[in-house]
Amino acid sequence: MLTFLGRRLLQVVPTLFFVSIIIFSLQQLLPGDPALIMAGEDRDPQVIAQIRQQYHLDRPLHVQYVYWIRGVLSGNLGESMRIKQPVLELIRDKLPVTIQLASMAIVIALLIGVSAGVVSAVKKDTVWDYGANVFALWGISTPNFWLGIMLIFLFSVKLGWLPASGYVRLGEDWRASLAATIMPAFVLGNAIAGVLMRHTRSAMLQVLDSDYVRTARAKGLLERSVILKHAMRNALTPVITLGAIEFGTLLSGAVLTEQIFSIPGFGKLIVDAVFNRDYAVVQGVVLVTATTYIVLNLIADVAYIMVNPRLRS
Amino acid sequence: MADAAVSTGLIAKPADWGAESPSARTLRRLLRRKGALLGLLVIALFVAVAVLAPLIAPYDPTAQTWTAVRKPPSLAHWLGTDDVGRDILSRVMFGARASLLAGVVSVAIAIAIGLPAGMLAGYLGGFIDALLSRMTDAMLACPFLILAIALAAFLGPSLTNAMIAIGISTTPIFVRLTRGQVMAVKVEDYVEAARAVGNPHWRIVLVHVLPNILPTLIVQATLSMAGAIIAEAALSFLGLGQQPPAPSWGSMLNSAQRFLVTSLGWRCGRGSRSS
Repeated sequence: MLTFLGRRLLQVVPTLFFVSIIIFSLQQLLPGDPALIMAGEDRDPQVIAQIRQQYHLDRPLHVQYVYWIRGVLSGNLGESMRIKQPVLELIRDKLPVTIQLASMAIVIALLIGVSAGVVSAVKKDTVWDYGANVFALWGISTPNFWLGIMLIFLFSVKLGWLPASGYVRLGEDWRASLAATIMPAFVLGNAIAGVLMRHTRSAMLQVLDSDYVRTARAKGLLERSVILKHAMRNALTPVITLGAIEFGTLLSGAVLTEQIFSIPGFGKLIVDAVFNRDYAVVQGVVLVTATTYIVLNLIADVAYIMVNPRLRS
Repeated sequence: MADAAVSTGLIAKPADWGAESPSARTLRRLLRRKGALLGLLVIALFVAVAVLAPLIAPYDPTAQTWTAVRKPPSLAHWLGTDDVGRDILSRVMFGARASLLAGVVSVAIAIAIGLPAGMLAGYLGGFIDALLSRMTDAMLACPFLILAIALAAFLGPSLTNAMIAIGISTTPIFVRLTRGQVMAVKVEDYVEAARAVGNPHWRIVLVHVLPNILPTLIVQATLSMAGAIIAEAALSFLGLGQQPPAPSWGSMLNSAQRFLVTSLGWRCGRGSRSS
């Protein structure tokens, strides 16, 4: 177990190194001279020279990388050019909003996806099964931005039940906060529910066919207890680890969903940064997202081994 | 022996034995599967609409009519008009071009980079494999859309750049898939035989390995195309894809959102097409 963990941790290092190279090279894609872009309207040669020196743009590429990565490692992700605030602070401010949204989305996705998956496996080849499959296909192929707009139209414009946009912090007023985030969380969760449903279904079908489920049935246990206690527990292991991997989908989805519902989270931060040409923020967001994703994958791998005793040795 | 069995009547001879060409067999199998046929028809319809858009669209997709602003569906405008009086049906038809083009071009870019890289990694192994694999891991670690957004942001907003961004973001999947397939195929006996008779490496890779890994890659390409179409709509929705006034499903949806309260037919018409 420890050797596995050590080896897995060692793998993370080169991956993170290449992630940092990708993010650093993003700024090399910028057409033209970054110093000129940063100088904005003010094209004073002195200012440009100063910017070049300040951001080490006059040094060779690998030296620039070393300066940049040294900053990143010491927690300095640069400064937002627009709001003149450290990128790290901005991220720290916006991340909790997206975490709230993502957690709600995962709960919704698990509730819908797992129950639909279990029902369709237990009632295989019935109307329930076909219905759940159609739902999964719908969830996977419906773009977030379309579903979001439709929900706003139905629940905010027509029925007037929920606010169309905006955000209230959980600490301020939890009811208003839930009302503001339930629609975007559903949109995000819906996209993953379909995937979870398909995996739950196939895992359940496999488990329901196994010897110990047959034994449980032969003992005369109630069908409900066979399904809930014996089959589902074992079938859910891969599904829960999948949840961690699907986090990437969640973050990608959050970019669009937060934009539609005007929620000031992580996704909106990157979109606003893109339009204000605030490149340091874009880099910072991608860096934090990628690192989170790598760490979550690591946790998923470890969790998978911990819950599956056969893999431990 | 099989022939003997057939002639003696032990095995019933299928009517099409030997007479059927591979393409005829494919067609026969396709016709038997109703779901696949329906899917093919829908795709054919979309491609036809996209290709024939200049011929069949009732109006110029960028022509503005100030006398018909935000009109509901009517006989003159089947799906109504948008906020500057452009015909929505024509825009949806022309928008299909951007979507399909993005799907095809992005995946072509991904394959053009991913296939050679994956083959190198899988065939050569060793340091090259380790290097390319770690790079692939790093790219896969960035969520697809976020990487595409970041790339599109740094390249500048346009449909071409959006396609490049989506293509690059899709590349790691192809590198990984090709690598795995090549590693499985290169130990097969026929590759071993090709090597034994003295074929150079490039010939083994192109003539013996490539044809055998293609089926898997084609399946992945079709899946990625669907992802690329949705990604293009998403980037256009954010304003990073097709630039106005040229139509794209994503950007149409974005501009429609501002008038959410006023007309319904409008969004349903184009949104359901995006899905």
